[in-house]
Amino acid sequence: MNLDFSDDQKFLQEEARKFLEKENSLLRNRTVLENQSYFDQELWSKIVELGWTGIRIPEEFDGLGLGHLELCVIAEELGRFLAPVPFSSSVYLFTEAIIKYGSEEMKKDLLPKLVSGDVIGTLAVTEDLFAPSQDNIKLSCESGKINGKKIAVPDASIATHALVVAKSEKGICLQIADLSHEGVSIEHQENIDESRGHFSITFDGVDTQAIGDDISGWDIYESIINQAAVLFAYEQIGGSQASLDMAVNYAKERYAFGRPIGSYQAIKHKLADMYIALTLAKSNCYYAAWALSTDSADLPSASATARVSAIKAYQLCSQENIQTHGGNGFTWEYDCHMFYRRSKLLSLNLGSLSNWREKLVTSLEQSNIN
Amino acid sequence: MDFNDTKEEAKFRKKCRDWLEKNATYKEDSTPQNDDFANKDKMKAAKAWQKKKYDAGWAMLHWPEEYGGIGASSMERIIWANEEAKFDVPKGIFEIGLGMCGPVMMEYASEEQKERYLPPMAEGKEIWCQLFSEPSAGSDVAGLRSKAVQKGDKWIINGQKVWTSGAHFSDYGILVVRHDPGIEKHKGMTFFFVDMKSPGIEIKPIKQITGGSSFNEVYFTDVEIPDSQRLGEIGDGWKVAITTLMNERLAVGDAGGADVEDAFRWAKTQDNLGEPLLNNKAARESIADWYCEKSGLKNTKLRTMSALSRGDTPGPEASITKIVSAGKLQNIGNFGIDSLDMAGMLRTDNNDVKGFQNAWLGAPGMRIAGGTDEILRNIIAERVLGLPQDPRADKGVAFKDIPSGNS
Repeated sequence: MNLDFSDDQKFLQEEARKFLEKENSLLRNRTVLENQSYFDQELWSKIVELGWTGIRIPEEFDGLGLGHLELCVIAEELGRFLAPVPFSSSVYLFTEAIIKYGSEEMKKDLLPKLVSGDVIGTLAVTEDLFAPSQDNIKLSCESGKINGKKIAVPDASIATHALVVAKSEKGICLQIADLSHEGVSIEHQENIDESRGHFSITFDGVDTQAIGDDISGWDIYESIINQAAVLFAYEQIGGSQASLDMAVNYAKERYAFGRPIGSYQAIKHKLADMYIALTLAKSNCYYAAWALSTDSADLPSASATARVSAIKAYQLCSQENIQTHGGNGFTWEYDCHMFYRRSKLLSLNLGSLSNWREKLVTSLEQSNIN
Repeated sequence: MDFNDTKEEAKFRKKCRDWLEKNATYKEDSTPQNDDFANKDKMKAAKAWQKKKYDAGWAMLHWPEEYGGIGASSMERIIWANEEAKFDVPKGIFEIGLGMCGPVMMEYASEEQKERYLPPMAEGKEIWCQLFSEPSAGSDVAGLRSKAVQKGDKWIINGQKVWTSGAHFSDYGILVVRHDPGIEKHKGMTFFFVDMKSPGIEIKPIKQITGGSSFNEVYFTDVEIPDSQRLGEIGDGWKVAITTLMNERLAVGDAGGADVEDAFRWAKTQDNLGEPLLNNKAARESIADWYCEKSGLKNTKLRTMSALSRGDTPGPEASITKIVSAGKLQNIGNFGIDSLDMAGMLRTDNNDVKGFQNAWLGAPGMRIAGGTDEILRNIIAERVLGLPQDPRADKGVAFKDIPSGNS
């Protein structure tokens, strides 16, 4: 029985933490947020230099050839320090899709460039102000040419390529588009967490390549999302832990009525509830990390369980961190709001809490938990 | 990461399973037993099973051989418990003795006493109970007032204990009492073990909201205890009690009873306005959340076990177990009953409905026993998160001068 990370993985995590701390990732996040500069180029370049973009990419394609567990510990630290970089879009979504579903040719072409940062990928799925499904995707694909508009696409202004969920005559397909194509126009869309830039992309007769076959696009999309949910959940528990730590430190230092506010049970119980939610989420993440790393048949329910509990933990921890900070927590100056924003963004980006609860119950129905 | 036993663990697991298969039968379903030990036959069966385990060395496997154990590691204890849980065998009756009284005796009793009392405790021949709580000392157990007065080589005990599980069928009990109300609260207590058949002990069952009676009030009137049955020094009562309470928190663990699988199975067939309840969005969301809680607890336990398996000290994560499982039990009880609409009020023969009603009626007790939700939150906040204690009105004052309201 060993539901824990190895010493090497813990060492990698420790190094990642030291790096992001030294690089002042939180301050960088604030700068991106305030300047609407979408991401931090310098931090991104350093991350590429460290080789994190190639963690899961096989050595034959210039990557480090490590596993999902190594990616999980990095994700937790990126989440803890709110790193304002396109890592999640390019690595959890795009790179993972190429590794799992890309043709040999695509791998040869794209994977080395994803390692070096010459290619940055993202995923484009949403089209309107409701959840995307295989019945409402309108962006069309005819002989590889796509037409239509996607919204709320993360990192599109920096990305060189996008994985696009499209509709062909046969069904839903997944296409890789080169965003430098002349038929592509990208526009910034204001969002609730400007430290992570989001954009609309209009495709006007853009040539694309299919990934996987042309009818199982939605299944592939779901499988990519199920994997990514685990990695994002690690970012979420990193952010939850940071929020809890902030709240605990503040409650020890801030005095009211002649004593630290952390000595009042109203505050203690709030912080204990945050710890409980975080512990449940973290333990579920461990299991999901195992399921991801072994490509277990349990992955759909394990990733939904991790995501549902990580969304809940991060929302609770980030909102109650503000509450614990009182008026200070409501100021732009304190960092509390950056975690509050990120927690909301991450609770929406792969689909809402409510829809993931639904996915979880559906997977339980399929596996028949009793 | 992997979920496999190490070679040694696998070998040990097989040994457990082989013995269990020879001596017991597998459980047919996961319905928790509702053991009523007032029933003489059930008591007899429980004692017989314990004796069988004792003879084979399984009863207190982590104890040294001289007291009837096999010196097993923490991991081996867990493996044994996992395997035993798959079999239809009586449990519950010896938990307090073995889980709380045993460790205290092991740590504080004399060698002679350990040889006399530990083997029969492990064998199930003698049953033990714990006498801590009092009518005016619940969460604040150290507020207890039962008196001990020293008289030669004896102590005379007067007072009342409450919430004593199994006192009515126990042979011995561990007891903490106040020997000096004139000094500070935590310094004025002393710890003993007592023969429950001593003259002057009177036991009255408490009728719970469930209608059952697993607890008692225990009255002490001039009960004599020899000084040789004192555990720890005079004035060390609180320190000794804390050892026991720490073991209690580990022993209480999960609140058993109706769980998410039961809610899920029920929702598949229960009618809700002409459709299966499982089609209802609110029902689905609740089931998802309970599943996340349940699997969060299960995986937390696996993390603890991973640490034990490596020979490390587990982190504080297991401190969330009771608070989460007791709350979940109450919510699932409510969910099941509500699903019957107006008929939910009726007592029926349907086992699922009984399960939900038992959960609903039993959960309030689970949220209190072994540390209330509130006390457990304080413990997490203070011991895990390192927050400061509340300022207290009972520190640096003689016990008799501490405000006590009307109680």
